[in-house]
Amino acid sequence: MEEIIPDKSINIKGLVCPYTFVKAKLAVESMEVGQTLEILLDYEEASRSIPKSMEDHGQKVLKVEKINDTDWILQIKKEKD
Amino acid sequence: MDFTEDQLLRYSRHIILPEVGGKGQTKIANAKVVIVGAGGLGCPVGYYLTAAGVGTIALIDNDTVEMSNLQRQIAHSMNTIGMPKVESAQKTFNALNPDVNIVPLKIRISKDNIMELFKDYDIVVDGSDNFPTRYLVNDACVMLGKPLVSGAILRFEGQVTTIIPGTGPCYRCLFEEPPPPGLVPSCQEAGVLGVLPGVIGGLQATEVLKLILGKGEALSGELLIYNALKTTFRKVKVPKNPSCPVCGENPIITELIDYNEGYCTTQ
Repeated sequence: MEEIIPDKSINIKGLVCPYTFVKAKLAVESMEVGQTLEILLDYEEASRSIPKSMEDHGQKVLKVEKINDTDWILQIKKEKD
Repeated sequence: MDFTEDQLLRYSRHIILPEVGGKGQTKIANAKVVIVGAGGLGCPVGYYLTAAGVGTIALIDNDTVEMSNLQRQIAHSMNTIGMPKVESAQKTFNALNPDVNIVPLKIRISKDNIMELFKDYDIVVDGSDNFPTRYLVNDACVMLGKPLVSGAILRFEGQVTTIIPGTGPCYRCLFEEPPPPGLVPSCQEAGVLGVLPGVIGGLQATEVLKLILGKGEALSGELLIYNALKTTFRKVKVPKNPSCPVCGENPIITELIDYNEGYCTTQ
């Protein structure tokens, strides 16, 4: 599978809901349509809620991956301003 | 706008709304709202707009806090009896949210000062308790082209409307002239349920935030009437009156009017 190089990356390890989504959403707002955001997080619930909320807001979820015992990587493509 | 960590926490429930987001919260932070009256309506409107993070809120009121206010004017307290209402409310609002710049204006509004008082603000909220002020505020907003969120309460009934000058009707499209002095009783004479201004003021604050955000539909061209005893909300369509004396095609009111004669406007 083709690796996507993100345009912006944020590390929100240590944060819990809803601040995980607040940080992710503000990052997306600061980007251009078509760009990709990569999010590193360690709060399990957010690995499910952020993708769902992003889709509700009209963005595209490219990747949800558990990378080790504690961390997840998400990739979100901005499709809507 | 770059939010501090505290601001991210404080406004998180706004920021996660699709209609608000960081951009909308920045609009709220940059908004300047002037509230006429720091009484029954002005207290909840100012309270919620302060909580929402509106950048600058001016409060205009010439009265001081009395014991009889405390049944409904929730920004005041036993500790502020005797204090100017605008200062009492400022203390309360500053304690809730220090981000907000509260501008206390202890002054009686009149045709001679109203234009100057309103000119730097984006949105006007009318929470006054008398007809001379209500008409003066309406006329000034029409002349300045400023949106006005008007609220009124008596006994168990309240009403709200949003006036967008040029686009929708104004208060005089609905009632051309103030009623003769003495015809409509004041709250002082007729009473008011203490929670009623909370409902009406909450609706006014909502209208203000929608105007700031540019989201939803403004309550323009309609009068919303709430009856607390029946728990009913009724919307009455208000057409723009082409022959309105102030916002019509050929306005006959081109200067502001103080209708103070015969009205009891002091507490």
